[in-house]
Amino acid sequence: MRVLAAMSGGVDSAVAAARLVDAGHDVTGVHLALSKNPLTYRSGARGCCSLEDSHDARRAADVLGIPFYVWDLSDRFDADVVTDFVDEYAAGRTPNPCLRCNEKIKFAAVLERGTALGFDAVATGHYARTRQVDGRVQLLRSREERKDQSYVLGVLNQAQLRRSIFPLGPDTSKAEVREEAAARGLYLARKPDSHDICFIPSGDTAGFLAGRLGEQAGAIVDDRGELVGTHAGAHRFTVGQRHGLHLSVPAADGRPRYVLEVSTVTNTVTVGPKELLAVSSLSGIRPTWTEVPVDGPWRGLAQWRAHSEPMPATIAASADGVQVDLDQPAHGIAPGQAVVYYDGDRVVGSATIARAAA
Amino acid sequence: MHGPRVFLDHAASSPVSAPVLAAMADAWGVPGNPSSLHTAGRAARRVLEQARESVAADLGAHPGEVILCSGGTEANNLALLGAAGADGRILVSAVEHPSVLEARRVLGERVGVLGVDAAGRVDPAGIAAAVGPATRLVSVMWVNNETGVVQPVAEVTAAAHAAGVWCHSDAVQAVGHLPVDFAGSGLDLLSLSAHKVGGPVGIGALLVRRGVRLAAPGFGGGQEAKLRSGTVPVALAVGLATALRLAVTRLSEESVRLAELGDRLRAGLAAVPGVRVNTTSPASPAIVNLTVDGTRADDLLMLLDAAGIDCSTGSACTAGVHQPSEVLLAMGRSLAEASGSLRFSFGPATTPGDIDAVLGALPAAVERARSAFAA
Repeated sequence: MRVLAAMSGGVDSAVAAARLVDAGHDVTGVHLALSKNPLTYRSGARGCCSLEDSHDARRAADVLGIPFYVWDLSDRFDADVVTDFVDEYAAGRTPNPCLRCNEKIKFAAVLERGTALGFDAVATGHYARTRQVDGRVQLLRSREERKDQSYVLGVLNQAQLRRSIFPLGPDTSKAEVREEAAARGLYLARKPDSHDICFIPSGDTAGFLAGRLGEQAGAIVDDRGELVGTHAGAHRFTVGQRHGLHLSVPAADGRPRYVLEVSTVTNTVTVGPKELLAVSSLSGIRPTWTEVPVDGPWRGLAQWRAHSEPMPATIAASADGVQVDLDQPAHGIAPGQAVVYYDGDRVVGSATIARAAA
Repeated sequence: MHGPRVFLDHAASSPVSAPVLAAMADAWGVPGNPSSLHTAGRAARRVLEQARESVAADLGAHPGEVILCSGGTEANNLALLGAAGADGRILVSAVEHPSVLEARRVLGERVGVLGVDAAGRVDPAGIAAAVGPATRLVSVMWVNNETGVVQPVAEVTAAAHAAGVWCHSDAVQAVGHLPVDFAGSGLDLLSLSAHKVGGPVGIGALLVRRGVRLAAPGFGGGQEAKLRSGTVPVALAVGLATALRLAVTRLSEESVRLAELGDRLRAGLAAVPGVRVNTTSPASPAIVNLTVDGTRADDLLMLLDAAGIDCSTGSACTAGVHQPSEVLLAMGRSLAEASGSLRFSFGPATTPGDIDAVLGALPAAVERARSAFAA
């Protein structure tokens, strides 16, 4: 098989490519230049689009003896991921740009270009499993729970999954990947993991958003509408946030208060006690399905962050998307997040949370 | 990856030939620093100066005019920075190699740029008006490294001299492919590199006409006429001299043969729709540059690589990302045209079979690259 291995410059994708070579595939490495400013060097923190990462990816490909190219997808990344990220925040939502990148870039733009160039599949270093059942490709969690990345792949559809390979697959642990990289003579074996948003290397999301959207001071009110403080810009807050509120009026009962809602329309941040954060009804739009759409209602598990605990829920198709009703109320669910629903370990689909209610 | 590969990127680096390797193998065995006064030093110097005289003889220069350095880039840097000095201005063409054009990074506004026509050539008549009181040097390359197009060096030199300034030419892609006679050219400065003509990477030379005084941009022991410091690598100098002698000896025969290969490629390309050849006469016989409509050059390069053919996009990369050709942009081509160009460059080992291999692989590659472009 001719496989295009997306190589970020990190240890996971390098080992993934190496395994494909071992398996006898005709492998070509490709590094995605996503930043508009690829000459930015990062020290300490790293993402997936710095110049250093590009060098590391190329060096790994050279060690593996495979062809290697850099594809400039910075325009599409800017339009489909960065601009979307900013727009979502501007609308008071909390997006996950990694899911968006998988949906629009890695398993769309790259897959399309690769297919046109004669490749049969795209491979990445994600920790997830696939298996063929009745002619369909199922997406499953990695058995390595701590590294499982099925959540960020939850936006993929059947056409994408058919042409995707995750060689770290079933149950490799991160330690094993690092060991394997060292044994293969890949010097990036000890390279630290990336955690931050790749296009915000400083980790200062609030500062990045302030630069894009500007900042306007506004009111912080409590759940009864009383003014309890002021803020320097609504984009600095996310639902569920507790620290950094600097409220001037103490709570009557002295209990900690959390961000309940961020309204960019009125530039108001609403805070309140933790119990008001609890939601159990999620309305999702833009549903995606890994195999086929499921109308339901059906019993499954819902997850809304990359490593949040999957929660039992009843899931059903709704007029404009998907309705997810959690068995137990949960805290800190923000509009804009993706909810990914599972049947056991199998990813069924995803949707973007439009509304979360008690 | 499978079977014999076709290497058509000699303009990037042409493989070292067996006689050059053999000559260098002997020379690496010569001990001593050629600047030393003792017996070993004299032995090394004897070999070095013999090489220098050989280079000078093959290029119509005096041995004292040959300033050895690390290669074409350093030679160009020496020429430009050395001529500009502390307060001088220089004029360069818009299609120069980065080792000339990027003098802007150091000299800033003291670098003026001469535009080119649609074929990529400088108009010598424009030079007089562009030269100002502080201008010291005009630099126009002999052969363009991307397109192979030959500049009107004689006319440019005459115009520079008429305006009272020196003239430099980056002849890295000309030496070994076209007759180059330094004395006859009238040039004051000329750059060359060994590895473009089958010599080793790591050595080149700046020819400096006697009487031309340059400010040394670097400092050190002052080994090369106080202009370029650093111990001169004797074996590399021998490699340069040997490669140059081979190239010059077979030049007239080889230039005919390479021109025939170029014609064979052009004739075959006529059958591929949407291909435009950017290399127009007069040009180096060793380079054919073309634009393929509706493609990304890096896709074509990848597909040809997979088909066993090494060629180049000709233009630079930033962080590995293929950039549109500044040369083609300067020639007035669109961003799309400048992003879809390929360079095939020939050398002594290139055969008609290599050209046929390209013509065999290109139609399918073009078709795929077009569908990927549209995807």
